[in-house]
Amino acid sequence: MSDLEIQAGLGRSPRANRQHRPPRRFGVAEALAGLFTIFLVTAALFPALVAPGDPLGIDPLSAFQSPSPAHWFGTDESGRDIYTRVSHGTGSSLLIGTVATLIGLGLGLVLGTLAGMLGPIVDFTVNRFLEVLFAFPGLLLALLFILIFGPGVATATVAVGLATAPGYARIIRGQLLSVRSSAFVEAATVLGRSPGQILVRHILPNTLAPLFVLGTLGIGQAIVWASALSYLGLGAAPPAAEWGAMLSAGRTYIGSAWWMSFFPGLFIVLTAVSATALGRGIERRLRHA
Amino acid sequence: MSDETGTGAPAVRVRNLVVGFGPGGDADPVLNGISFEVAPGECLAIVGESGSGKSVTARSLLGLAGENARVSADELSLAGSDVRGLTEQHWRRRRGRDVGLVLQDALVSLDPLRPVGREIADSLRLHTDLGAAARHARVLELLDRVGLPDAATEVRKRAGELSGGQRQRALIAAAIALDPPLLIADEPTTALDVTVQAQILELLASLKRAGTGILLISHDLAVVGRIADRIAVLHEGRIVEQGPAHEMLTRPDHPVTRQMLAAIPVDKPRGLRLSVRAAAPVSPSRSSPALTSPGLASPGPAGRDAPRHTVLEAVGLVKRFTRPGGAEQLAVDGVSFRLARGTTLGIVGESGSGKTTTARLALALTRPDAGEVRLLGQAFSAASAKQRRLLRPGLGAVYQDALSSFDPRLSVEQVLRDAVGGGAGRTGRGGASVSTADRRRVLQLLDAVGLSQGLLGRRPRSLSGGQRQRVSIARALASEPQILICDEPVSSLDVTVQAQVLDLLDELQRDRGLSLLFISHDLGVIQHVSDQVAVMRGGRIVEAGDAARVFAAPEHPYTQDLLGAVPRIGF
Repeated sequence: MSDLEIQAGLGRSPRANRQHRPPRRFGVAEALAGLFTIFLVTAALFPALVAPGDPLGIDPLSAFQSPSPAHWFGTDESGRDIYTRVSHGTGSSLLIGTVATLIGLGLGLVLGTLAGMLGPIVDFTVNRFLEVLFAFPGLLLALLFILIFGPGVATATVAVGLATAPGYARIIRGQLLSVRSSAFVEAATVLGRSPGQILVRHILPNTLAPLFVLGTLGIGQAIVWASALSYLGLGAAPPAAEWGAMLSAGRTYIGSAWWMSFFPGLFIVLTAVSATALGRGIERRLRHA
Repeated sequence: MSDETGTGAPAVRVRNLVVGFGPGGDADPVLNGISFEVAPGECLAIVGESGSGKSVTARSLLGLAGENARVSADELSLAGSDVRGLTEQHWRRRRGRDVGLVLQDALVSLDPLRPVGREIADSLRLHTDLGAAARHARVLELLDRVGLPDAATEVRKRAGELSGGQRQRALIAAAIALDPPLLIADEPTTALDVTVQAQILELLASLKRAGTGILLISHDLAVVGRIADRIAVLHEGRIVEQGPAHEMLTRPDHPVTRQMLAAIPVDKPRGLRLSVRAAAPVSPSRSSPALTSPGLASPGPAGRDAPRHTVLEAVGLVKRFTRPGGAEQLAVDGVSFRLARGTTLGIVGESGSGKTTTARLALALTRPDAGEVRLLGQAFSAASAKQRRLLRPGLGAVYQDALSSFDPRLSVEQVLRDAVGGGAGRTGRGGASVSTADRRRVLQLLDAVGLSQGLLGRRPRSLSGGQRQRVSIARALASEPQILICDEPVSSLDVTVQAQVLDLLDELQRDRGLSLLFISHDLGVIQHVSDQVAVMRGGRIVEAGDAARVFAAPEHPYTQDLLGAVPRIGF
């Protein structure tokens, strides 16, 4: 008797597929974002491969040159090649962004899991704590942290991680609560599974899967924030080839040498946009998988 | 508008309608040349299983088949005028005026943030030049006409504040606001309780008598039999049979029609097969070990004789919920029942009667505020969490929404292996540690519920509703339980698929001597499956007893009302 159903199912599925078509393999935006990300990763791992020059090598004779075949992105006040510096700065920006996001996710996971799993009292406490953190703008939290522990790349990274943690904690808590009350968790209870087994088998995997997307989206944001801190002189210090610091150094000459701040700024924007495009793409695919 | 219909033009006439989707749509159309017409004051019912093309038919008549739809027809006219190739702009002028639409789920069809009065007034505002006061008067008149008596207060309510039946009435009021000659009702009563369903059907019938042509779309022949003048049976994009309702219901020609009629559970004795595909008569070919043990044989209704061993017992269950406002609500108020071994206890009631809470109490998913559930003679609800876990394998559960009861990450095989393996000593995704014995058990379970091995790798999401429910039943059987608790197991299925699932449950009950607690809002289903029946209302059991007795001679007025509202075939 199941034949009938299976036949009906087969007859229907191609039609259904046509109506709710899964997303194309690659959108244009995703393809471009992917290419740019490949470039970034290459630049981060082997900077000499994409820009053979020395990012710190000064050449006063060719200072303030506008973009040209010799210097694609122009040169700065000491004659250093902007393209080389931007490429060599990729590594530290990506590292800061990734590590900061991992710190944020890690802290968020701990706080969110505590709130979601340990009952109403812990939930209440953690939530009020998060609300206090939410009351401060993220950047202000980061500044506060740097004020206490002093400026530097490491502190800036941790600061950004801390500042993003409350948001992640909220999302993880919500996800946990919804998964915990879902019908399949109840079904596992009816099968006689212990709370521990259900946690490991059903609740955690279904909570953590969306975090992957969240993290990809978060990296872009973290890079922007870290650059902002460097721009304010609280992260990487000049003459280090770091995007935010370069942006800051170009500020003085923005009227005469726009390329000094434009290209680092462009890379910050493109990196954030690429991370977002990829994150969204992964999210869509997971939903249709 | 209504004078146009007076000229004798049919409200809708369709000849050779073909609808396909996407580039390959021409080769494999969803609708493959269907023809029908509806005269003013007539009701044509289009009946078919899900996927047969019913809703596409309705949408094509409204120019809403979709952007990538390719619609062609030799004739497609509303109120006598051709609507082929109309632009979206022209369609907008016709919708509501020439044809009104009523959808299944009024909750999503109405804007949750706007008062229903405004929703209804919308089409008046768009299509007529009535002033605000005149519109308001018309809205009140419409609400009165669809049977919302206290119209003046109802207009100000939002969709969420109305009951399901009231919402459906409001939706019908919006659809008939401009007196269209044709009203399309797409599964208008599927989500409603039987008594409300009967009222809505009566409302549609009164509109019909007033001269509106009605195109009623449904999967359930018993429902349309109440008001349809003619019935067309749609199967895989073709109308396989069309004729006067009386003839179609009493002397169906086409096998599809016969199958749909056979699937209706109302008034079919217990044990009678509902699905016609499996030609095998009552006794299944499979050897049934359970039947060899004495006391479990003789599954016929007459053979289920008196005092049997009680496997599941509820004593004076009470469950209160606190509403957001702080007010207390008694969801379950002193419910007691006994489920005897090898029999089915049917619990029937309308939405809000406490059926599902009773099921959750019986499964010990929630603690009763008073009373106790005893499983196989042992304390269940009152036992410690650990003790309950040890007892759970004796109890299986089948849910209405099978899909959400499966972990979305898992395939059918993983779901069943989880259930078979007991979950102990399993790490992570359970890859290598799975024994071949588990694998064999999974295959046996699949076989028992009539699914092929080819489905093992699929995600439940990609299965049909009937297949999902079979997987759900297979999972419930994994621990070899003596009792199955089924909470609305067939409510979201088509009648024909419902018949297959009911037959499967019946077959499993015979083979394995299962005891079933079967919960449903559908009296027809309950009548077909139950030995004992309990009727719930407002958290209480108002009538209980032998199913044959309750259905033949209901004592409580509420039971009588319910029974009177059940759609049945019969003239």
